[in-house]
Amino acid sequence: MTITVNGKEHAFPVELAEKNLATWLREDLLLTGTKIGCDIGVCGSCTVLINDVPSRSCKVKLKEAAGKSVLTIEGVTAKDGTLHPIQQAFVDCGAIQCGFCTPGMVLSTYAFLKANPHPTREQARTAIKGNICRCTGYQQIIDAILAAAEIMR
Amino acid sequence: MNNTKNKPGWRNDAYAKVTGIAKYTDDYTMPQMLHAVPVYAPVASAMLTAIDSTQAMLQAGIVAVFTAKDIPGNIKFGQIIKDYPTLVSDRIKSTGDVLALIVANTRDNAIAAIPFVKLELEELPAIYDPEIAMLPESPLLHPEHGSNVCNYHCVRTGDIQSGEQDSDLIIEHDFSTSRVEHAYLEPESALCHLRPDGVMEVLGSMQHPFSTRRFVASTLGCKLSDVEVKTVPMGGGFGGKDDTPALVCARAALCAYLLKKPVKITYTREWSMRESYKRHPYTLQYRMGLKNSGKIQFVRVRMVADGGAYCSVTPWVTWRSTVQCCGCYEVPNVHCDVYGVYTNNVFSGAFRGFGSPQVNFCIEQLIEIAAEKLNLDATELRRLNMVHQDSVTITGQKLSTHTVSLKQAMDSILEASAYEAKLPKCSFGNPTQDEWYGIGYAISYRGMSLGAEGTDFNSAIINIQPDGSVLLETGIHENGQGSESAMILIAAEELGIPQDLFRYRFPSTSNIPDGGTTVASRGTLLGGGATVKAAEIVKQRLCEGVEAGLGQTNCHYEQGKIYNADGEELADYFEAVNFCYAKQIYPYGFGVFKAPRVSWDEHTGHGDAYFTWVYGCQAVELKVNAKTGQITLLNMLAAHDMGKIINPAMLAGQYFGGMTMGAGYGLYENVPLESGNPKVSNYHNYRVLRSTDLPEMTPIYIENRDPMSPSGAKGIGEPTLELMAPAIANALYRATGKRFSSLPLAPQVQDFVKGKQQ
Repeated sequence: MTITVNGKEHAFPVELAEKNLATWLREDLLLTGTKIGCDIGVCGSCTVLINDVPSRSCKVKLKEAAGKSVLTIEGVTAKDGTLHPIQQAFVDCGAIQCGFCTPGMVLSTYAFLKANPHPTREQARTAIKGNICRCTGYQQIIDAILAAAEIMR
Repeated sequence: MNNTKNKPGWRNDAYAKVTGIAKYTDDYTMPQMLHAVPVYAPVASAMLTAIDSTQAMLQAGIVAVFTAKDIPGNIKFGQIIKDYPTLVSDRIKSTGDVLALIVANTRDNAIAAIPFVKLELEELPAIYDPEIAMLPESPLLHPEHGSNVCNYHCVRTGDIQSGEQDSDLIIEHDFSTSRVEHAYLEPESALCHLRPDGVMEVLGSMQHPFSTRRFVASTLGCKLSDVEVKTVPMGGGFGGKDDTPALVCARAALCAYLLKKPVKITYTREWSMRESYKRHPYTLQYRMGLKNSGKIQFVRVRMVADGGAYCSVTPWVTWRSTVQCCGCYEVPNVHCDVYGVYTNNVFSGAFRGFGSPQVNFCIEQLIEIAAEKLNLDATELRRLNMVHQDSVTITGQKLSTHTVSLKQAMDSILEASAYEAKLPKCSFGNPTQDEWYGIGYAISYRGMSLGAEGTDFNSAIINIQPDGSVLLETGIHENGQGSESAMILIAAEELGIPQDLFRYRFPSTSNIPDGGTTVASRGTLLGGGATVKAAEIVKQRLCEGVEAGLGQTNCHYEQGKIYNADGEELADYFEAVNFCYAKQIYPYGFGVFKAPRVSWDEHTGHGDAYFTWVYGCQAVELKVNAKTGQITLLNMLAAHDMGKIINPAMLAGQYFGGMTMGAGYGLYENVPLESGNPKVSNYHNYRVLRSTDLPEMTPIYIENRDPMSPSGAKGIGEPTLELMAPAIANALYRATGKRFSSLPLAPQVQDFVKGKQQ
């Protein structure tokens, strides 16, 4: 069985079928940008995109992701290290403090702006409802989502 | 060269964090690394008679099970009173107590073996109510302490009897506040290994590496220099990453020491919420007297703080509550008694705000209750009593060394919120309305940094390299707030060179002297002060380099250039660096900032408690659904005087984050206990505010540079948190017509609405 992660296909042995995706990404692929905050699928820190859909990777078993395409925070940055406009907007808007929620926030934003390139502020606020941030009060993250939308249009 | 203008949102770790390459503790692994997990006490009060790990050792992948008898150093440690057992040897006092550590090849294997550790216990009576704990007949949690009262503080100012006699109105009101979880997104984590040079190296998620070093060295029975604590990005702290993370590091270090292999402990959210300390729940009984004119005559208050099973920093938290027991008001007669009390509950400790949110919740409501009874305007009552330039505080401190900007903060919020114009819209529980509207605000002052609760100094090293690049470090810790960036911006401004030249050194307790903990909103104030001092020294070194190179005297440094006494430009920064290295002068500065003198008399509660103060005001508009009691926040504003703005975007982030955490404290956050054990275990049953719970927030910045601060900046982390709960309480009163005296507020509003319908 295989999972495509950030464009690259990875095989996993059948005995790992029940392992959760977040732990596999972190331990087996060393993609530690995916964070585990609650491990029960409620905080959003482990958000990745599976076939473009934001998913809580701590609650996804490898067998459920088999044959699918996963995008993690490491795949959002360009190969030459250039930031994606969403990442750049997070930096420019001061949307980062401790940074633990940031990868999940960026990926939720990534999926949201793909589906809705012209969001209102209220829609941007709702888009990150599933991602907890304990530091920022969300306001500069919402600024960043709108700033990114403008750059990406 | 003079391009030192702050870039919006700039922080030195932003790229690493936004790309996911920033490595937090659990992101590190080492060859041969093992994993340890804690075994918790099943009850809050018992005698531990035996631990049998035979069956556990037979489980897959298990390497060792360690108990207190394996500790080579001290079993107990603590920041003030050394009463916290790293592993319990005999007496269980809390369900957060760790009795054993299971070490295995994988974390999953270690967790799977937990049920196989057999515990023999004799359960003992437990005390969960601090008032009962204080009774003389109650059994002692810490017999060696001699009392269940962990600490006591008082204030005795003026003559309380004459205050009573002079009052036209006396009001009495009891309040209670909730136990709150920090809920930092990153659970505790530590990775320790014994280096070939004999040093125990500790990586961990903590906000006080030097405190952690003390815990580790005490547990291992080694010297401080035998432990090196390195700190990596930390996923939030808010005061919570001190004792508990230090204990986690000490336990990982113990396992690594005994097994001579790297050992990692990463907590689950459930362990974190079970064991980690919380914000102190308080009960507060206030009695206040006023003249018909509105002038406050006296305040008498008794506070009891539930410290839980261990001391932690309860004496310091309750000390701030003592100093600030009357809020930001002049009160001639004060009688204040504050008790920190041991119980068998999960312990309490430092949490952003540190003893002020509890008293502000009361006093900012009391002042409005009094105004209504006197038929006076609450804003005018505040104006009449609040501290102003050269006021004397209730502890006898004259506020004369800095700008007292309380009125400025309050007026800016009243204007920005159009408060007076909106007051008539308030519903006061109007039965004809489906939705009730309310607006409210609160004001405060706050002593900055540690005050008389601790030794307060910090250092910084500026080390200019031959190519002009700069290595900077301070004794302040990056908790996520952007302290490293703030230090770089302060140094860049002082030296008049671009911030891109700076690199903040990977922090380690072996690099720089112990600068105390990064708490009490003291990072920018103390670390920034030390950075300015270090910059002054390297400026002098650069001048000496130019003087030696060019045969000049009396040079001076200004914004990246060196001038002679006639004002003639001799060299730029880079040329000066070259001269230094050519003439055997190191452009290196070790700067120290010592907090100005503070004082405190424990018997009278008098003294210059803090060397400087900040002032703030926050307001909120909200609506309440008259049928369901659901509360919707409509608008939140904050005005604070932080002295000087260092990094505008990070400052805004402190405002928004603090207001949000304050609103969560006011409305929902609560850790109910069952037999001393938290009933909340994760984010599904502990409610922190999400994006959709919040309105747009407006920050108002007030800058009155503080002469006591070398950089001019004070602090902002905690002031932003301490006002939203009372502002919400006041707004809820104007929405519902009912005063709510205990936290959190939302469940009471719902009960109130239900009660009305019956």
